[in-house]
Amino acid sequence: MVDILKPEEMFNSIDYTVPSDRWEDVPPDFSEGTFCYPTKKKNQDYLGIPSKEEWSPADEDWKLPDNWEEIIHEGFKERLGKYRSLKVFMDICVRCGACADKCHYFIGTGDPKNMPVLRAELLRSVYRKDFTTAGKILGSIAGARKITPLVIKEWFSYFYQCSECRRCSVYCPYGIDTAEITMMARELLSLLGLNINWILEPAANCFRTGNHLGIQPHAFKEMIEFFCDDIEEITGLKLNPSFNRKGAEILFITPSGDAFADPGTYTMMGYLMLFEHIGLDYTLSTYASEGGNFGLFTSSEMMKRLNGKMYAEAKRLGVKWILGGECGHMWRVINQYMETMNGPADFMEIPKNPITGTVFKNAASTKMVHIAEFTADLIKHNKLKLDPSRNDKFKVTFHDSCNPSRGMGLLDEPRYVLNKVCNNFYEMPENTIREQTFCCGSGAGLNTEEIMDLRMRGGLPRANAVKHVHEKYGVNLLSCICAIDRAALPPLMDYWVPEVGVTGIHELVGNALVMEGEIERTTDLRFEPLNEEEE
Amino acid sequence: MNVNYLYSLLAVVVLGLVAYVGAGAAGLQGVFGIFLPYLAVVIFVAGFVYRVMDWAKSPVPFRIPTTSGQQQSLDWIKQNKLDNPSTLLGVLGRMFLEIVTFRSLFKNSRVELVGDRISYKWVVWLWLFAILFHYSFLAVVVRHLRFFLEPVPFFVQAIEQIDGILQVGLPGVFISGVTLLAGAVLLLLRRILLPKLNYISKAADYFPLLLIIGIALTGIMMRYFTKVDVVKVKELTMGLTTFHLGIPEGGLSALFYVHLFFVCILIVYIPFSKLMHMAGVFLSPTRNLANNSRMKRHINPWNPKVKFHTYDEYEDDFREKMIEAGLPVEKE
Repeated sequence: MVDILKPEEMFNSIDYTVPSDRWEDVPPDFSEGTFCYPTKKKNQDYLGIPSKEEWSPADEDWKLPDNWEEIIHEGFKERLGKYRSLKVFMDICVRCGACADKCHYFIGTGDPKNMPVLRAELLRSVYRKDFTTAGKILGSIAGARKITPLVIKEWFSYFYQCSECRRCSVYCPYGIDTAEITMMARELLSLLGLNINWILEPAANCFRTGNHLGIQPHAFKEMIEFFCDDIEEITGLKLNPSFNRKGAEILFITPSGDAFADPGTYTMMGYLMLFEHIGLDYTLSTYASEGGNFGLFTSSEMMKRLNGKMYAEAKRLGVKWILGGECGHMWRVINQYMETMNGPADFMEIPKNPITGTVFKNAASTKMVHIAEFTADLIKHNKLKLDPSRNDKFKVTFHDSCNPSRGMGLLDEPRYVLNKVCNNFYEMPENTIREQTFCCGSGAGLNTEEIMDLRMRGGLPRANAVKHVHEKYGVNLLSCICAIDRAALPPLMDYWVPEVGVTGIHELVGNALVMEGEIERTTDLRFEPLNEEEE
Repeated sequence: MNVNYLYSLLAVVVLGLVAYVGAGAAGLQGVFGIFLPYLAVVIFVAGFVYRVMDWAKSPVPFRIPTTSGQQQSLDWIKQNKLDNPSTLLGVLGRMFLEIVTFRSLFKNSRVELVGDRISYKWVVWLWLFAILFHYSFLAVVVRHLRFFLEPVPFFVQAIEQIDGILQVGLPGVFISGVTLLAGAVLLLLRRILLPKLNYISKAADYFPLLLIIGIALTGIMMRYFTKVDVVKVKELTMGLTTFHLGIPEGGLSALFYVHLFFVCILIVYIPFSKLMHMAGVFLSPTRNLANNSRMKRHINPWNPKVKFHTYDEYEDDFREKMIEAGLPVEKE
């Protein structure tokens, strides 16, 4: 790993002056620290997708397969036939420039190819050459470009500098969604065996063990039991969650990151305490132990293969419906893809909150409810005894994750919950929240160490907004509803706004929850004193 | 600096000269007045239909609206029905406002680095120029229906009334002609002068703007300065609509043919270019779908059969460890 600039140096290095060379003539940079490491061949082989012997993006010759041009052409053609989105988005961009400075990677790097319009042009130029009359006849005057190994390199560089956050598509007058274009480009690259390890290893893990982190069933159970020990120490209450239990009413699925690493683990403790408090008849699964889906960052087929476990497990266990934890891209998949891919989910019932009787009509078809919807409903019906003063040492703000915002619209539910479990809540500026929210800088499989420079730059718009409320209101805690955020935001905050911590909202719920029979709490879920004075 | 606009300017000038010389000195008024307009209309209609059909041929496998507001959720949480519609009515409302008011463009902002802060300023210019340009264009097109319909319909007369409300000059100035020219010039200047925009612009971005500027200029020249004989023009255009072909006695000025030829080039150009955004905006899956795929099943016609890792395979892998950990298993 290479050292990165100091924050101030990085900020001052941002330059929006455009280069003097045409973008077509600027080659991609593959110096160390600018690219994601390619995947190991064993992961590709395990998943049965085109594989490639060990290589590095820094190599001069990428040793593409002999018929690589044909593979790309046919792959492109196939996808144009399968996705109207791709075809329309290739054709109708007028290059008005509205998207140009909406991308967090552009804002942080100043690299013009990180403007969504140019990112799309990388693909569009090849499309014109291969599939349009004007491009075939007029060539470069019509913006057409022949594909070369250098174009493939450029794709690899820039389609792994897009986190599929969809912010550009909010501002586009035609709704052109770069996420859609990036997904297609990554599928095409994958046809040549060009994948990155930080995506494909979790995908392969998930395929085999049921979760991205490769946690085996016994270990998963141990981890959860370990959290229960912690909860007992804090509250005096012994929890006994069940695993793979047939006949439970509800199957609960959350990203495995919540079982694995801080601060997600505290959010996991919050879930467990909540369920105990309301006496929910639920079970966890070691087989469907991943809410997230790194298939989404690979190909639509891979997404479907990994997602299939959720319904399969719900059917095997005979649950009535599924409850899903806090996660970003997981909810894009559930909201916009799951039932289409792996439904119908007709073996379950329309989700009904057993405590309040609320029927979740908006999940009538997928039979899957978001934990923020579920908790908001419980609080609204006064089913939770809460003491928000236990979170008084925190001044909290909320980071809308890209996917629940722009691929779902889950905006007010988490805010409602936050406002009930803590007393000090402050919003960041409106250009940076809700549907205009900024990515953590590490989404869509880019949460990998070797590109720390890019991650800090991409996360800058988010961090800068946090800094604003930190200085204005003294905000010291950034809450979110995404496991990638919980992994990506702590280093981002350490870098740009070191005094701000990161939490999931159910950690704050767990802190505030007054459980029946609990001992007097002296610490929060992190074993830190409830109030700063007591230190 | 990107000088792609020079290609486009050259193309427009050459096209103008072709018509000027062709219909003027060479006397090919029949070609430029009758043959080419028909050819252009045929290519336009066929090309337009082909493109839309071609888009429609590709399915929409997933419901992928960009949600720009609160979803439909619990009864007491207020949904943003326009920006995150869950019903057809909501989608129609969203599409209507998008197409009629360019709503997404209205949200535009500009990023600036100020001290150690990133600031976002609301900028209205792109939206304003775009609205000016498109609505002027619409008004101009509607006004020109006068040349193709007899009697002139009431709405064309109404538009003329409003358009000429300034009541200055003779013939009276139509605002839309001037604003069309202004809109196109402003959009062009934006492309040439703003560095980021200049960097991304292609010849194909300058060409239609320059062509439309050419159309507006020749139109304005004819109406206000060379005072084209509109009776003769109407004779020609009505002849085209009613298939009574013929060039009016005494002919028309070469300038008129340049104007007409530019229009022919423009409509031929539409189906092969980004100008298809006028149809594409209706077919964009991120805007024209309801966010209701958790409520209603959406079908992917090519939903692939894929290899899952089944529970049985999983248990075969880990059975010993599961039993040891006290996890229930299907097969002991």
